[in-house]
Amino acid sequence: MSDHEHHDPGFIRKYVFSVDHKVIGIQYTVTSLLFLLFGFGLMMIMRAQLAYPQGDFSFLERIFGEAGFVGGAMLPEFYNQLGAMHGTIMVFLGVVPLAVGGFGNYVMPLQIGAPDMAFPKLNMASYWVYLPGGLIMLSSFFVEGGAAQYGWTAYPPLANTQPEYLGQTLWLVGMVFLITSSLLGSVNFIVTIVQLRVKGLSFFRLPFFVWAQFITSFLLLLAFPPLEAAGVMQLMDRVAGTSFFMPDGLVIGGRPANVAGGGNPLLWQHLFWFLAHPEVYVLILPALGIVGEVIANNTRKPLWGYRSLVYSVIFLGFMSFIVWAHHMFMTGMGQTLSIFFQTTTMIISIPSVIILTALILSLWGGSIRFNVPMLFALSFLPMFGIGGLTGLPLGLAASDIQLHDTYYVIGHFHFVVAPGTLMALFAGIYYWYPKATGRMMNEMLGKLHWIGTLVFLNGVFIPMFVQGLAGVSRRLYDQTWYEHGKEVQNWTVASSWSAWLLGIAQIPFILNFFLSLRAGKKVGENPWHATTLEWAAPSPPPHGNFTSEPVVYRGPYEYSVPGDSEDYSPQFVQKA
Amino acid sequence: MDFTLLDGLMPKDISTHGYQIDRLLEYLHWFMLLIFIGWAIFLTYTLVKFRARQGHKASYDEIKAKPSKYAEIFVVAFELVLLVGLAVPTFAYVRTDFPGKDKNPVEIRVVAEQFQWNMHYPGEDGVFGKTRPDLVASDNLVGLDLSDPAAGDDFVVPTMHVPVDRPVVLQLSSKDVIHSFFIPVMRVKQDVIPGMSIPMWFEATETGEYQIACAQLCGNNHFRMSAQFYVDTEKDYAAFLAENAPGGDDEEEEEEEEDE
Repeated sequence: MSDHEHHDPGFIRKYVFSVDHKVIGIQYTVTSLLFLLFGFGLMMIMRAQLAYPQGDFSFLERIFGEAGFVGGAMLPEFYNQLGAMHGTIMVFLGVVPLAVGGFGNYVMPLQIGAPDMAFPKLNMASYWVYLPGGLIMLSSFFVEGGAAQYGWTAYPPLANTQPEYLGQTLWLVGMVFLITSSLLGSVNFIVTIVQLRVKGLSFFRLPFFVWAQFITSFLLLLAFPPLEAAGVMQLMDRVAGTSFFMPDGLVIGGRPANVAGGGNPLLWQHLFWFLAHPEVYVLILPALGIVGEVIANNTRKPLWGYRSLVYSVIFLGFMSFIVWAHHMFMTGMGQTLSIFFQTTTMIISIPSVIILTALILSLWGGSIRFNVPMLFALSFLPMFGIGGLTGLPLGLAASDIQLHDTYYVIGHFHFVVAPGTLMALFAGIYYWYPKATGRMMNEMLGKLHWIGTLVFLNGVFIPMFVQGLAGVSRRLYDQTWYEHGKEVQNWTVASSWSAWLLGIAQIPFILNFFLSLRAGKKVGENPWHATTLEWAAPSPPPHGNFTSEPVVYRGPYEYSVPGDSEDYSPQFVQKA
Repeated sequence: MDFTLLDGLMPKDISTHGYQIDRLLEYLHWFMLLIFIGWAIFLTYTLVKFRARQGHKASYDEIKAKPSKYAEIFVVAFELVLLVGLAVPTFAYVRTDFPGKDKNPVEIRVVAEQFQWNMHYPGEDGVFGKTRPDLVASDNLVGLDLSDPAAGDDFVVPTMHVPVDRPVVLQLSSKDVIHSFFIPVMRVKQDVIPGMSIPMWFEATETGEYQIACAQLCGNNHFRMSAQFYVDTEKDYAAFLAENAPGGDDEEEEEEEEDE
């Protein structure tokens, strides 16, 4: 961050314990990008074991030591730690903080013309609860027994079977921090969007991105408390001898378990998925918002069906609360419940189809610029499409019988979150980087990053559908134990190599991100010739954001308005 | 059935009900493929036709997208038909349509534990002996109460044998954590949850040797929590029962497959 001017508040208040939404947004962005890189690193190690289950990993043993390896072989418990922590880190420390904490914090107040968030100190608190939560998670790798190793879903009784290991306890404590952080953030977002919109900015003039953040905040606010409660209950099961999730008559490792009993393991699943399904939409909605902004800007025409987009997002948010048990079709659920959850699951696909259709139709009749943000946003569309479509066989209980808990599921949700959401988040970084830094990112490096990412992401995840259809269970340390796993082992190898190449494909991005801070082309307020309010502020915006308070005169995407001299009519410019 | 899209990708199906699941998967994947190709064509055409270039201007007006309305109605109608016509009836059949006594089903209790499957057969009398968790020991893996007269002819083995062309009813339970009982070729999967006993049924149509897999993460050795699964002819099945029936002394048929 080279070109910030130095004045009154002093370094600590300005860059560390800052209450400025832009600084907090950048803190969130940088922190979550580092966590994403770390979580990706864990996965690249897992991919070594998956591709070469009997391989000699002495080079990894030298790094990680005896806790994870014996004689060059990776231990299953280490593999399980990598898996559980990869999921946790990517979702709770990477994507959500980047999409909401990063982009939401930085862009949303600017887009509504506000000088800051409604509660700046709460905003600061949110980051400073998030960071310790993340550090607690990381620290769990260094305790005896290592980090949590029961999957990111942490199903009891398994998650309670080794109370002597601190890893899972730290995981739960970390989760409580992260959830608290999200709750603080979401209240702030809602109040800010309701209260701090600038004059003239009615709800139906809000940029689609703001709508997406608005609904996302409600999801976080309403869905996280049950998981926080569940997390505390599991914590009590571990440290205080309660048995919320532990039934009677357990015999673990040949010995009767020392628990009071009377609990129910399925209760955890209900509480967990009551959060974790809306959570999926927390991951997707901000991404859809970003894609909407980038597409409108680079087609130079209004988004198709703005109102139906908004209504769809609201409906999606509502529906996301009543589909959770489709994660539990195989728990022995009765007919009535399964019919209900299959029906809601099919219903929720409708607004998703409408949104995707609207975004695709928005391209028709445009004058499409293929810059780096647009390439990422365009790639999002088919990738998210694959993610959504492959959800169908999982959403119907009958077809789920064969595919549940196989690699098909992993392929499905990764297509939603990785080639889907992550592509959109990259689009957002390239799109708003000039606003945040006053400089453009390099176009050539950006395109290199885009093509590598697109190709190798598909290389990683398409094989998983083949593995899943073949019946390979997820979370297997060595799938060649099974005959049907052996048959598709080649696909696993291809997936692993794609993952490693995907890592290499991120190098241009990392270089670009840092080098452009100094070497990027300097830009003015509105380099993309965009219409929304963040482009009325200087790049980067000063404390308080706008040099004079903007007024909004029109909708968010007035591009190519007939009779105007320019092909964009910003919200903040009064027509003569 | 003329399955083409998923043939070769899925394991073979040796169950009586599996064709219903495979059919649903087949229709779904054709549908997905169709939509995806539709999108891809539209996307490619649009990106070429409306690329920014000299003399080309974006139009402000929204296109009237009748086709998209039709496409959405098609999607909704298709999902509705699959849901009501195939998915719900199939799941109901698999989950609730248990074979009656007249079909003479084979009954087996499956007791899962980290990291093995224990198959508890009721023996000649067809009645399961009582089990108690406090009786579980290394030589009594399911905690069989031998003071119960019904327990005398019960036996427990680490592999599953079932006869071909005869329905099988399983009662699934777990001693410790959640497992998931999955036989890919049989198109069955059921979570096994401690504290619950969950019934499940299937009927095999082909003899052979296959594998039971665990589908739910259950600990370090989850990856090798498999069991051999044999579909026998009636004759072979009878031989299996006779071979394992406890003779003079009751409990010699325990597995040796302890933690290696």
